[in-house]
Amino acid sequence: MSEGITKTAARNIFFGGTIFFFVIFVALTVHSHWYIVNVSTDSSTLNDSVARGKHVWEKNSCINCHTIFGEGAYFAPEVGKVWIKFGGADDPEMGKEVLKAWMEAMPTGIEGRRQMPQFNLTDQEHEDLAAFFEWVSRVDTKGWPPQPDE
Amino acid sequence: MKYQTQKLAYPYFVAAMGLFVAQVLGGLIAGTIYVFPNFLSELVPFNIIRMIHTNALIVWLLMGFFGATYYLLPEEAETEIYSPKLAWIQFWLFLFAAASAVVGYLFGVHEGREFLEQPLWVKIAIVIVALMFMFNVSMTLLRGKRTAISIILITGLWGLTLFFLFAFYNPSNLSLDKMYWWYVIHLWVEGVWELILAAILGFLLIKMTGVDREIIEKWLYVIVGLALFSGLLGTGHHYYWIGTPGYWQWLGSIFSALEVFPFLAMVIFAFYIVRKSTRNHPNKAALLWVLGCTVLSFFGAGVWGFMHTLAPINFYTHGTQITSSHGHLAFYGAYVMINLAIISYAMPHLRGMQPYNQNLNMWSFWITSSGMVFMTFTLTAAGVLQTHLERVLGMNYMDVQEQIALFYWMRLGSGIVVVIGVLLFVYATFAKGKEEQAEIR
Repeated sequence: MSEGITKTAARNIFFGGTIFFFVIFVALTVHSHWYIVNVSTDSSTLNDSVARGKHVWEKNSCINCHTIFGEGAYFAPEVGKVWIKFGGADDPEMGKEVLKAWMEAMPTGIEGRRQMPQFNLTDQEHEDLAAFFEWVSRVDTKGWPPQPDE
Repeated sequence: MKYQTQKLAYPYFVAAMGLFVAQVLGGLIAGTIYVFPNFLSELVPFNIIRMIHTNALIVWLLMGFFGATYYLLPEEAETEIYSPKLAWIQFWLFLFAAASAVVGYLFGVHEGREFLEQPLWVKIAIVIVALMFMFNVSMTLLRGKRTAISIILITGLWGLTLFFLFAFYNPSNLSLDKMYWWYVIHLWVEGVWELILAAILGFLLIKMTGVDREIIEKWLYVIVGLALFSGLLGTGHHYYWIGTPGYWQWLGSIFSALEVFPFLAMVIFAFYIVRKSTRNHPNKAALLWVLGCTVLSFFGAGVWGFMHTLAPINFYTHGTQITSSHGHLAFYGAYVMINLAIISYAMPHLRGMQPYNQNLNMWSFWITSSGMVFMTFTLTAAGVLQTHLERVLGMNYMDVQEQIALFYWMRLGSGIVVVIGVLLFVYATFAKGKEEQAEIR
């Protein structure tokens, strides 16, 4: 089988083709980087609070239960649009309060319900996390998820 | 075993087995939490357990790759490993870093990007470990004979090292973060790791079938070519919904659909070579793992990947248990099984015994593989239902989870079977066989 080509030819095709496709991939990454910064996300409102909020999200390993943009663990709900779900899009103050109240009520301890831990966030961290979710909710994700929660 | 330094593989394989057990026990606990949500919830929450489950997997697979390289490279290059001392330092540093990371997780010391949760100093240690390793194997290769197998292997390993560097870039812009995060995750498991897989597969087939190296190596270049030609732009299937441009929906769909072919080629290749076998190799267990690896990686990575890779389908299935079903069978079929294949092959040589406990090893093959396949079916069923109820009908996430609870029970059942199979494998690998204890040669 595949007697048609020699080993050297197969090797050259492998290395040549790999370089070819990798160059295309890198070029498209460069364009996508530009696209993200200028088109699909709002760089102008990516302030320190949003950046700190992302760090709160990371420091508490939220992604190992939740998903964000569909990536993460599948043990707890998607949070890409949680800001909208909690009413923050219409009333930012309410969005923040609902998020904070929700997190402070955890864990519920209700038997048979999945438990979210108590993360003991400071007021500043609550504020920053809300800023992060607000910023994330405005990213152009090409219409995903199909239907916002409720 | 012709070369003394091949023995360097031994500690790596032992550590790999230890972490493998930790990984499946972590999975067992996580599966238990799915059906008893209050289990450990105050002590060690789900997110911590899951980090241990996934990180232990990655680390033991890397341990296995390092061990496999130290085992096969001297035979391929026909020379000893450049510096055995460096290999030992590398081993202890890696084990220490991995163990510290796991203990740290239990006390809440971690970062928070999926799979890259290791604290900064552990990430730096991993880079040092990888560079020590790459220096050692590159020097060995420069001194020795360069075969296609060793060139493909080392290309994969260099790729692994270089792409890990993206783990240090974490921009505040979540979309940018995700785009470069896949440079580590996708370009590892759907890119350069496939080179490592193919090289180990080729080595085992040459040793066990006696088929002409020229034929096998030509096939290998075709397979790894297919893998990277499809897999590089196939990264696009992660760029549908994270804020990246719309053209990725076309590119990602087309190229990731083609990712099936290298796995199909691997199945055909392995069975074709084994049929042409001129040698009746005594290690039937290792051969079973080799063939099983190609079949289950074809189904897990190929078929189950294709199932949800087209953008219009992925729009509905993205981030459901469908993804989880694919992840489990793909990792098992491709990277777990190739490691167990090389361990089954090399361990008798490393321990100076004839292939022993083969029956137990083969039992573990069937038990573990059946468990994983059934687990994949249960998660697939859960995912299909979840997709329909949540993404099509718009039901609330938690309500849907209650609807699919039955499948989580069945998943836990299959998880128990997997753990039994894994323990059996470890026992079969390390215990002394009753009859066959004669020294090799």
